[in-house]
Amino acid sequence: MVDGEGKDEGQAGGDPRHASASFEARLAAARVRQGLDRPEPSSAKSAMPMSPIGLGLRVGVELVSALAVAVAIGYGLDRWLHTRPLFLAVFVPLGGAAGVMNVWRLVAPRGSRGRR
Amino acid sequence: MAVLAAEGSTIDALGQFRLGHGLGEVGGSVNFTNANEIMLLAGAVILGLLFFGMKPRAIVPGRLQALAEYLYDFIYNMCVDQIGEEGKRFFPFIFTLFTFILMGNLLGLFPYFFTFTSHLVVTGALAILVIVLVTLVALRIHGLHFFSYFFPAGAPKLLAPLIIPIEILSYLSRPVSLSIRLFANMTAGHVMFEVFATFMLMLAGALGALGYALALGPLVLNIALMGFELLVAFLQAYVFAILTCIYLHDAVHLH
Repeated sequence: MVDGEGKDEGQAGGDPRHASASFEARLAAARVRQGLDRPEPSSAKSAMPMSPIGLGLRVGVELVSALAVAVAIGYGLDRWLHTRPLFLAVFVPLGGAAGVMNVWRLVAPRGSRGRR
Repeated sequence: MAVLAAEGSTIDALGQFRLGHGLGEVGGSVNFTNANEIMLLAGAVILGLLFFGMKPRAIVPGRLQALAEYLYDFIYNMCVDQIGEEGKRFFPFIFTLFTFILMGNLLGLFPYFFTFTSHLVVTGALAILVIVLVTLVALRIHGLHFFSYFFPAGAPKLLAPLIIPIEILSYLSRPVSLSIRLFANMTAGHVMFEVFATFMLMLAGALGALGYALALGPLVLNIALMGFELLVAFLQAYVFAILTCIYLHDAVHLH
């Protein structure tokens, strides 16, 4: 018992490093689960069963929010300039495209998304 | 969580999100709401955890100190990993944001407590704060060069009129998706609690002894849901914080 404690104190430098290494691994796993960080696209997707639901929800939110912003801007400009359907018609397709681009950023591996 | 409200045979699932006055008469006269109460409580819990947790300053931490240290390390590593070395400067902001949202989510799970993260005003304000900060950081570091962010290098010049509005819309949609994600997750969870809890009361009220037996079903569901909501509470705070980190990374490194 006493011997074991003495040994532990002797290795005090090594022990926290080990703990932080296992913490790093768990953090990496958690991030992969969220689909936020994809070091290896092959292993990231199938690692966690939680991933598809979370990813699906995020895709939906990204699509809708981009469209909502576009509709808000288009409607606002139309109200201001009295050009009712014009800006709304211009911004809705742009918003849809922006939503698709958001989704692309979400699912694309980091290296190939144009900006790093 | 919800104050159970089974008025006759209707399910009042959204009544739990109604704002009321906190702190009795005084609170009522200055419009101090029950959401503000929980916000203050959340801040107090975090400060208390850090203060009393770190008070022993033991080399081998006790439970509370381990929790405080773990929380600190967790956010610190997230900042450095996601943003890079510059991330250390944003650590206090991310830490505050994460712990505030986490405490809001967790405290909201207690009966009779108000969930302030289930209000779009609150999450929207937080998201706007984040996006304004990110934009200011980018402008501070890169100056006007920041606007090249909206046109990826190497794209054909002809497509500029198309790409630039799309990139700007994509940038502007960040606070919307950030706030809606947190708000929707918290609201949906608490509505489900309320609905299942009301089922229990309705079954017991309508079918007598048999109803009490059948009410075990929704009760078990609600218990399982509580576990799931604990996960969601942590996960959504984590997602909010890590997305803030990713946006800050983009602001610091631009491309």
